[in-house]
Amino acid sequence: MAFNPEMNRRSFIVGGAAVGGGLALGLQIPFGAAVARAADGSPEVGAWVVIRADDTVVIRIARSEMGQGTLTGLAQMVAEELECDWSRVRTEYPTPGQSVARKRVWGDFATVGSRGIRMSHDYVRKGGAAARMMLVQAAADAWKVPVSECSAVNSVITHKPSGRKTTYGKVAVAAAKLEVPKDVALKDPKDWKLIGKPVKRLDTIDKLTGKQVYGADLKLPGMLNAAIKDCPVFGGKLKSFDAAKAERMPGVKKIVRVGESAIAVVADTWWRAKTALDAIAIDWDGGENAKVSSASIAEILKEGLTAEQAFVHNQNGDSKAAIASAAKKIEAVYAYPFQNHATMEPMNATARYTASLCEVWCPTQNGEGALATTAAASGLPIEKCEVYKLHLGGGFGRRGAIHDYVRQAVLIAMELPGTPVKLLWTREEDMLHGRYHPVMQAKLTGALDASGNLTGLHIRLSGQSILAAVFPGALDKGKDPLTFQGFWPSGDQSFEYSIPNLLIEHAMRNTHVPPGFWRGVNINQNAIFLECFMDELADAAGQDALEFRRKLMANHPKSLAVLNAVAEKGDWGKPAPQGVHRGLAHFRAFGSYVAACAEISVSSGSKVKIHRIVAATDPGYAVNPAQIERQVSGSFVYGLSALFMQECTVKDGRMEQENFDTYNSMRIAQMPKVESIIAPSGGFWGGVGEPTICVAAPAVLNAFFRATGKRIRSVPLKNYGIELV
Amino acid sequence: MIRLNINGKTHDLDIDPNTPLLWAIREQVGLTGTKYGCGVAQCGACTVHMDGASVRSCGIPVSAAAGRKITTIEGLAKGNVMHKVQKAWLAHDVPQCGYCQSGMIMAVVALLREKPRPTNADIDAAITNICRCGTFQQVRAAIHAAAKA
Repeated sequence: MAFNPEMNRRSFIVGGAAVGGGLALGLQIPFGAAVARAADGSPEVGAWVVIRADDTVVIRIARSEMGQGTLTGLAQMVAEELECDWSRVRTEYPTPGQSVARKRVWGDFATVGSRGIRMSHDYVRKGGAAARMMLVQAAADAWKVPVSECSAVNSVITHKPSGRKTTYGKVAVAAAKLEVPKDVALKDPKDWKLIGKPVKRLDTIDKLTGKQVYGADLKLPGMLNAAIKDCPVFGGKLKSFDAAKAERMPGVKKIVRVGESAIAVVADTWWRAKTALDAIAIDWDGGENAKVSSASIAEILKEGLTAEQAFVHNQNGDSKAAIASAAKKIEAVYAYPFQNHATMEPMNATARYTASLCEVWCPTQNGEGALATTAAASGLPIEKCEVYKLHLGGGFGRRGAIHDYVRQAVLIAMELPGTPVKLLWTREEDMLHGRYHPVMQAKLTGALDASGNLTGLHIRLSGQSILAAVFPGALDKGKDPLTFQGFWPSGDQSFEYSIPNLLIEHAMRNTHVPPGFWRGVNINQNAIFLECFMDELADAAGQDALEFRRKLMANHPKSLAVLNAVAEKGDWGKPAPQGVHRGLAHFRAFGSYVAACAEISVSSGSKVKIHRIVAATDPGYAVNPAQIERQVSGSFVYGLSALFMQECTVKDGRMEQENFDTYNSMRIAQMPKVESIIAPSGGFWGGVGEPTICVAAPAVLNAFFRATGKRIRSVPLKNYGIELV
Repeated sequence: MIRLNINGKTHDLDIDPNTPLLWAIREQVGLTGTKYGCGVAQCGACTVHMDGASVRSCGIPVSAAAGRKITTIEGLAKGNVMHKVQKAWLAHDVPQCGYCQSGMIMAVVALLREKPRPTNADIDAAITNICRCGTFQQVRAAIHAAAKA
């Protein structure tokens, strides 16, 4: 078989494997009966597992590690079925280019929507089980005994009748020559030994010593560095610039226009690139968008609250009639702002371009997306592109669907063929060019009968659609179903109350601000709207907030269970210490059921101390309870920072906040004690990374109302002079 | 030419004296464990020690570090033996994405030097690093464990 140079590159050792500390793995693709081997020559036993001669087990992970622990959780899933020695497990990323070459043998790379485990649990376990079957078969073949007489535990294969033993490392080469079995049985969950165990993360040590290489840390031989400024008005253009001074500054190699709207300086060091960039006088053309402000956007959304046309997503009975004939009608308008993901590591990517190959090294939540962007930006066919994934210094949805930073890096690298160029955004650039949490307003109207029963509910959402901007093909006849997360009639983001007359609809009002998937996505505002309003309704009905909810949740036992769990552990209904007040919230999202009970006190009317939060999660199966606990407590940092501190406001068409001084984030002093209840009820696979965020804000807002009598209906609380202490 | 002492080694750097210490460490010296997060001394990802005290290296010109003893995250372990704070971090499985943790650990080491058995209030006052993943609950537990180690 003849290989062209590109196939050679793909088929043998990938060029990038030698740099960056062995980040990328090299692979031999099997042709005929050849053994597929990893970069170090170790045999591949099925696509998911490489066994080294010293019994080290290397597990392939297609999803990206960004702090959520997916490397560890997914490795546990494979190792459970593989029956290997967990202490010898390592992980590695296959590259997106290898995925293309091997017909997506590792499935989806997207690490978004809390789906790492919930969407790949089946095939990764099968990958582990298939490898185990091949290894045991290889041992049986060597011993010339029936495979049924052999079994494997802890990387050791035993022939029961004779007591003979061997290890995975010794039979791996033989196993690699066998056909991967297609008919693979998985263990019954009751037999799991590793899934469900709170094992330590596999990727900690390098994060403690400074050795972990994030995208921003990458060094390649001959690499140059780039700093960039894109037009601060979204949709605006780079009109002109004067780089006379910058061109003469030390270290500057090239000044590059990037697309229609940006300018970059390439220099020997990033600091020199940034310094020179700051010395360039730039004239931007903001166009019509330069007239837009937060106030003008709010007006457009406000109009949508009462507009005639809206997309209906969840409807039963006749809520308008129920409201018209209600003994008591309750109405409230809520609002949620633009927010930036503010990952600790600003956006960055490194690119090297030649006419025959474009390579990108980047932190990405979706390697395949980064590869597609690399191909589109470079104009090269996808077979001539490759992406090497690096650890992410936070993702939260920013590095998933949109690879604007990859596009820029490729465009810059194309100006310097053959030279790797690392593009790193300043924090300011990161704040000005986010893919923001969409803005949304909501008008909620509830109908109570004379006995205080909720007979009707109407929720009118008005605001921005993410899908319309990012994946318009996913719209359903113009409607964005994702806007209704947590409000669906059924499915894994369903509305968890039974109300006889219900109408939930969305007036889509898009803005020029680019929206994106922000950890939790649309549950963040929807949970505030619904769960705060449920408290408002309970108060209007003169009922306890928990009892009021319970009456509507008889058909939602899993949600009721997590709500009851936090109420019980959170001492709901019991006397609280002087000045301490409690609030509840629950929601269904990403297939999981979550609830929180917050305990707060308020001093001077505006200083909020959160003493503790009891949080319950039912993700179906809890693969690693220790990591779930960390995702849950961390979710409150993300969610409460958003509630108290974070808003990106628009003035003259651009964002006003440029750094953490005006877009703050919680510190340890403000961290409440989080008590997690992990209550996996089995039989389904729910996500963990995102759901809990959305109950943080409503639980605290409901407690704030009990403490002060003030109902706050918009975020962030800093706009009311309220601070978290 | 500016002479820096970083982790016990001397580096003579041909560098603009106004360059922030952070970028001298990352780009000239080549130690990338110290992170860039904000550039305005808000987030603490760039925390290093200068003569034993924690400082935010993004806000200090490299000229101000000349002749001072600088320690970065790479200089914390003694050979293959991790510092007790690193050990506590490992035992408590603290990092999530880990990007802020170099700075967090350096701030904690400096705190424990000042206050070997810090109270929660001491921790709240001294540790002001931003962590977007939200590791604070594990950070606090690990600080107390390190103090007892």
